[in-house]
Amino acid sequence: MCLAVPVKVVSIEGNEAEVEIGGVRRRVSIVLTPEAKVGDYVLLHTGYAINVVNEAEAQETLKILEEMASLDEVH
Amino acid sequence: MNDETILLAHGSGSRLSHDLIEKNFLPPLTNPLLARLDDSAVFDLSGRLAFTTDSYVVSPIFFPGGDIGKLAVCGTVNDLSMSGAAPLYLSLSFIIEEGLTIGKLKKVVGSIKAAAEEAGVNIVTGDTKVVNRGSADKLFINTSGIGIIPEGVDISGANAKLGDKIILSGTIGDHGIAVMSQREGLKFSVPVQSDCAPLNKLVSQMLEASRRIHCLRDPTRGGLATTLNEFARQSGVGIRIEEEKIPVLDAVRAACELLGFDPLYVANEGKLVAIVAPNDAGKILARMKRNKYGADAAVIGEVTDEHKGKVILKTRLGASRIVDMLSGELLPRIC
Amino acid sequence: MKFIDEFRDVELAKKLVNRIKQLSTRPTRLMEFCGGHTVSIMRSGLRQLLPPTVEMLSGPGCPVCVTANADIDKSIALASLPDVIITTFGDMMKVPGSYSSLQQARATEADIRIVYSTQDALQIARDNPTQSVIFIGIGFETTAPTIAASILQAENEGIKNYYVLCLSKLCPPIMKALLDLGELKLDGIICPGHVSVIIGSRPYEFIPREYGVACVVSGFEPLDILLSVEMLVEQIESGKPKVEIAYRRGVKPEGNKTALELMDRVFEVDSADWRGIGVVPASGLKIRKKFERFDAEQAFSITLEPVREAKGCICGDILRGVKIPIDCKLFRKACTPEHPVGPCMVSSEGSCAAYYQYETV
Repeated sequence: MCLAVPVKVVSIEGNEAEVEIGGVRRRVSIVLTPEAKVGDYVLLHTGYAINVVNEAEAQETLKILEEMASLDEVH
Repeated sequence: MNDETILLAHGSGSRLSHDLIEKNFLPPLTNPLLARLDDSAVFDLSGRLAFTTDSYVVSPIFFPGGDIGKLAVCGTVNDLSMSGAAPLYLSLSFIIEEGLTIGKLKKVVGSIKAAAEEAGVNIVTGDTKVVNRGSADKLFINTSGIGIIPEGVDISGANAKLGDKIILSGTIGDHGIAVMSQREGLKFSVPVQSDCAPLNKLVSQMLEASRRIHCLRDPTRGGLATTLNEFARQSGVGIRIEEEKIPVLDAVRAACELLGFDPLYVANEGKLVAIVAPNDAGKILARMKRNKYGADAAVIGEVTDEHKGKVILKTRLGASRIVDMLSGELLPRIC
Repeated sequence: MKFIDEFRDVELAKKLVNRIKQLSTRPTRLMEFCGGHTVSIMRSGLRQLLPPTVEMLSGPGCPVCVTANADIDKSIALASLPDVIITTFGDMMKVPGSYSSLQQARATEADIRIVYSTQDALQIARDNPTQSVIFIGIGFETTAPTIAASILQAENEGIKNYYVLCLSKLCPPIMKALLDLGELKLDGIICPGHVSVIIGSRPYEFIPREYGVACVVSGFEPLDILLSVEMLVEQIESGKPKVEIAYRRGVKPEGNKTALELMDRVFEVDSADWRGIGVVPASGLKIRKKFERFDAEQAFSITLEPVREAKGCICGDILRGVKIPIDCKLFRKACTPEHPVGPCMVSSEGSCAAYYQYETV
C-alpha cells in the first residue's frame, strides 16, 4: 500500500542522504537503513529509505521472468 | 528601494498610488493606449472578436521557469489563441497583499513585459488595489484579453469529428511539477521548469498549414485528461489515446512516482491539444515541430464513435481503460 | 528509471500472461490485499488480460479506507483547537468522517497542511515554536517506522511542540481476522509488498499452515504482479500452499531489523477500530508510556459528537471483499470522487475510486 520508489544514494551526511531519481533530488532520512552506502539504491517511502535494493536479486528476478517467458515460446 | 513594501495607501488612488504606477508599471509596459492613462482604453476594431478573462492566484508566485506575471500574460494570450484569435490587447489588474516588497512587484512586472513582448500584445488598461495582510496570498492578478479571429476560422470544443487525429504539442506535467516541488511540505529539487509560454504564434503557424483544425485547448488545471474529457463531452464523441505516444519528461515521470501523481492530471501552461482533420494531421504536425513550443509534438490518438463522451486509454500492456476527468484537488499520496 | 522500467517490459508481460493462461485450469480466487497493488493492477489494465479462471478481489489494504469514522472525527476535532497546525498525508484530506472532512475543515478556520514526510512535519514544528504541530499518523507497517523515527528525532532535538495522533494498523492480524470471518473462500493472497519490506515474510506463515491459502509477497510493477499471480497459480494448482517472496529485490524473510526495533521502542501493540470490521484485538499500535508526551490523544482534550455511519454505505463489505463497488447502490450515483460518501471512493487506493478511475472497457 505504500508508495515506495527506488532512488539512488548520491551523498550521505549522518542520518541523512541526498537521493536522486530521473534527475529529481531530495534530502531523506536513512535512519531505517544505516547500512546504506553512496551508490546504493534504496526504496524511498515518505522521505525515509526503508531498505537497500538488492541488485543481485533484481537481476535474478528478471532472469526468472525471462525464463518463464521462454517457456511460453516452447509451447 | 526594492525592500520597500507596498502599503494600503498604494491602492487608495492617492499620490502614492500614482507614483507606484508611473514609476513601476508605466515605463516597462508603456504603449500609446496605456500612456494616456484614461479610465478606459479607446480603440477601433473590426472583425469577429474573441474576449476572455482569467485570474491568477498561483502559489508560490515565483517558480522555476516563470512567475505569476508571465503566467498572467501567457494564460490569457493562450485562451484567445485557442479560439484561433490573434491576441491584441490585455487588461491587467493587481490585487496586492500589503507587505509585498516593491522589488518583487517590479520583478513580476518585468516578466509581464517580457511575455507581452514575446506574444506581441499590449497591456492597454489596468488597475491596482491593495488589501490587508491576510486578505490575499501575496499577489493576485487578473487579465482580460481581446483578439481578432481571422475569416474562415471556426474552432470549438464541439467540432470534433469521427476519424479526427489528436495532436499534443509537447511534454505534459512540467508546470504542475515545477510549482508543486516548491511547496512547503513537499519540497523536491527537480530539474524541471514550468513550460509557461505564449502559444499564439504556434497557433497561427498551425492555421497557415491547415484551416481544418476543429478543436484547440490548453490543458491547464486538470491536465490532459480533463481537457480530452471536455472535448469528448462537448462534441459527443469518443476519444482514444495511447499511453506510449504521450511525451513525458523523465524528471516529471520520476516526481510523479514519488508523489503519487498521474501525469495525465498535472497542469500545463505552455501546451495545447488540437483535434484536426486526419488528412491534414501530418502537415500540421510538421509545422508545429518547427516552432520551439511544438518541438516534441506528437499524434497521441483519434476521435472514435465508441464510448461517446468518454476517453479511453490503451495502456502499454495493451489493455484499455477509461480516463476520467480530475475530480477535486490533485493530492499527493503515500499509498 | 532503474528497478522500475525493467519491470514494465511489455513483451515479457504478454508472455507471462500466456504462461498463466496455460497453468490455470480451475477457478482461482485471489485477493490483493494492498491498495497499491489495486491501483497498479487497475492502472495497467492487468485484470483484463488475465484468464477468466483467475478472479481478483481487493481487500482492506488501504490505510485510509480502514480508518474508522471516530478517528477521522478526532483528527477534525484536533484541527479546530486554537494554535494547532495539523500535518497530514494528502490521502486523508477528502475522507468523510461523521460530519465533515479535513478538506472541509481547512476551508473554515483550521490550519491543515499536507506533507510528504514526517520530516516535513518536524520542520513545520521547528518553524512554528508557539504552535502545536500534530501529525495524523495513518498507515501500516511501512509507515509506522517513519513515525517512530520522527518521535525519537523530536525527543533527541528537544522539539516540544510535535505530536502524533497514532492511527497505525497492522496487516497480519487483519488478514487473520478476515480469514476467520470465513466470508470468502480464498485460494491465494497477493501479500503487501512494502509492508513486507519491514516485517518480512515470516508473519504470513500462519496463513498456508492454518488456512491452506497460498501466499506470495509481491512488488508493484506489472511484471511483479504477474510473477506473483503465476507463482500463486502454480502453488494452487499443485495443492501446496506456502509463503513465497516474488519481490526479492525488496523483501527479506526477516524484514528490516532496524525499522522493527525502532517501532518496538516507540510503540506497543493495541486493539484498533477497523471500518467495516470493528474492533480487532492486537491489530494496531499505540505510543508507549515513555513517549506519551508526543501522543496527541493524551496531550489534548477534545469532545466528539456521536459517531455516525453514512446511510447506504457498504464500504465495510467492500473492504472485506464480499462485495465489489458495482454492488453498491450509491456507487457512481450519490457516491462519486467529488462527493464521496465513504472512504473507499476517496482514497486513490480504495476499491471504489480505483474502479471509478480505471474502469476497463
